[in-house]
Amino acid sequence: MATTLAPLTSVIPLPQFSRNLFIYLKEAKYEFLKYLRIPIYSLSTVLFPVMFYVLFGLLMGRHGSAGQIGVSTYLVATYGTFGVMGASLFANGVGIASERGLGWMQVKRASPMPPFAYFFAKFVVSMIFSSMIILLLLTSGILFGGVHITFLSALRLLATLVVGAIPFCAMGLAIGYFAGPNSAPAMVNMIYLPLSFASGLWFPIEALPGFLQKIATLLPPYHLAQLALQIVGGGRHGSNSTHWEFLAGFTLLCLGIARIGFQRDEGKTYG
Amino acid sequence: MIATARITQKELEVMRLRDPKIVVASLNHVRKTYGQIEALKNVDLAVRQGELLALLGPNGAGKTTAVKLLLGLAKPTAGSVNVFGGDPVDARVRMRTGAMLQVAKVPETLRVREHIDLFSSYYSAPLPLSETLAIAGLEPIANRKFGELSGGQRQRVLFALAICGNPNLLFLDEPTVGLDVEARRLLWDQIRKLLSKGKTILLTTHYLQEADALATRVVVINRGAIIAEGTPSEIKAQTAGKQIRCVTSLSIETVRRMYGVLEVRRDREALEIKATEAEPVLRELLDGDRSISGIEVASAGLEEAFLALTTEDNSQQKALRGN
Repeated sequence: MATTLAPLTSVIPLPQFSRNLFIYLKEAKYEFLKYLRIPIYSLSTVLFPVMFYVLFGLLMGRHGSAGQIGVSTYLVATYGTFGVMGASLFANGVGIASERGLGWMQVKRASPMPPFAYFFAKFVVSMIFSSMIILLLLTSGILFGGVHITFLSALRLLATLVVGAIPFCAMGLAIGYFAGPNSAPAMVNMIYLPLSFASGLWFPIEALPGFLQKIATLLPPYHLAQLALQIVGGGRHGSNSTHWEFLAGFTLLCLGIARIGFQRDEGKTYG
Repeated sequence: MIATARITQKELEVMRLRDPKIVVASLNHVRKTYGQIEALKNVDLAVRQGELLALLGPNGAGKTTAVKLLLGLAKPTAGSVNVFGGDPVDARVRMRTGAMLQVAKVPETLRVREHIDLFSSYYSAPLPLSETLAIAGLEPIANRKFGELSGGQRQRVLFALAICGNPNLLFLDEPTVGLDVEARRLLWDQIRKLLSKGKTILLTTHYLQEADALATRVVVINRGAIIAEGTPSEIKAQTAGKQIRCVTSLSIETVRRMYGVLEVRRDREALEIKATEAEPVLRELLDGDRSISGIEVASAGLEEAFLALTTEDNSQQKALRGN
C-alpha cells in the first residue's frame, strides 16, 4: 500500500484563547436554551424547591422558628441548597448519562470542540438555574414570609449557593459517567432525595433523630446548607472553612471518579 | 500541456486535491479488541486523497470500529492510526475532519439552525450557515427543533454537522441507514457533490448498491478482516453470477461438474444452480437432459452476491486477501 502520508501542510494554528472563550460561551448559551426548553427539567428543578418553600415555609411555617431564626428564613437557605443540588445533579448526571449512552457525546468528541467546553457549559447552566431558584426563593421569602435580609447578605447567599453548585455538578459528572441513560434519573433521585432529607434541607436538622444528625456532618449538602444558614444567622456550629474544605475535597473526589469513567469510555464499544 | 488554458483555477484545485498517491488517513496493522471480542484483526486500510472509499460489510463486521479509530474515539489495541500525518485526537486534525456517526439521540429542543451554528463555531474556517443549510437541503426546516423532524431530515442535520466546518476529510458511518428510497437518493446526490469538490470521503455501508453508486474504491470487511478490495465493478465481478432453477433428472454431482457452476442445491423437485455465467451451463443442461423443464434464469442480486462473498469467507473461517 502507499505509505506517503499527507503532511499537515496548511497547519491550522491552535485556537487562541479568545476564540476558545467564544466557543465556551456559545456552548453554554445553547446548553441553557436546550434545558430551558425541556419543561420537565426547567419546571421541576426550579418550581419544586419554590413550591415546597411556599408550602412549608410560607403557608405552614409562617410563624414558626428554627433555632435563632424563623422557619421562613431557615428554609430559604436550605431549599436554596436543595434547589442547587437538584439543578446540578439533573443537568450533569442525567444529561451526561443520556448523551454519553445514546451516542451524542461521541459526535461532540469527534468534532474539534474543545473538550472542556462541554463540561463548562453544563456547569454554567446548573449555576444559572441555581441562581433562578435562589432569587425566586428570596423574593417570595421577603415579600410573603417576613424574611429580613440585607442586600449584601442576599448577595452573599446567592454567591455562596451558586459556587456551592460546583460540588454537585462534579457529583453529577461522576454519576453521568457510571449510570446508564435509562437508570440515571432514578439513580439521581435515589441519591438526591434521601441526601436532602438527612442533611436537614427539608426540616431543621435539630428535628431529625440523633443518629441522622451525626451522619449529616458527612453529607455534602449539609455543609453547603450550613454555609448558607450562617449568612442568614442560623448556622449551627463548625467554622466556615471546615465546610468549604469538605466541599472542596468532595469535589475533587467526584472529579477523580468522573475521570476514571471518562478514561474507561475510551475502551467501550460506544466510547 | 494539453489545453491547459481551459482548465480553470477551481478545476486545478480539485485535481490537486485528488492525488491518489497521498494517503490522508490510515490504519496500520491495527487490532482492536473489546474484552473477548476481536473487532478488528490486523487491518491495514488507507484512505487516499480525493477518493470515496466505501467500507462495505455486514453488521458487526468492524466498520464502525474502524471509523471510531480513525476519529480518535477509540484507541487501537495494537498498531497505529494516522490521519493527516498526525494523531486523530489532535485538534488540528479534527479541524480538517467531519464525521457523521450513528447516534440514537440528539438534543431535541435545539433548532436545526442552532445545532449547525454551534458546530460551525468549533471550526476555524466554517462554511457560512446559509451554505451549509443549502448543501444539506435544510433551508425550509432551519427553524424547526430537532425533535420535530422526520428520520430523513434528522440524518440530513447530522450530515450538515459533518460538513459545516468545510473539512477535507469526511467520515460517514452508515449515512443512509433507515432512510426511504427518496431520502437516500437525495443524500447520495449531496455526497457526490462533495466528492466533485475534491473532498476525501470514507463511507461505511452494508448495502453493496450504495457502495456501487457512490464509491471510487470499495473495501469489503467481514469479521474484523478485509476480504476484498477494488473498484465497485471489480468487486461486483468477484461476486456477481447467475442463478438457474430447473427441474431435471441429472444428479447434483453431474451438474456440479459443469463449467462455471459454483453451487448446486436441491429445492423441492428442482435444482438451484449458481454459476458465473448462465449460457454454458444452460447448453450443457439442455444437451444432458432432453426432459428438462421449468428453466428460470435470474441475476444473482447484488445483495446475494455480497452475501456469497461474506458467507464464503465465514465458512472458510479465514480471510482471503483480494486485490
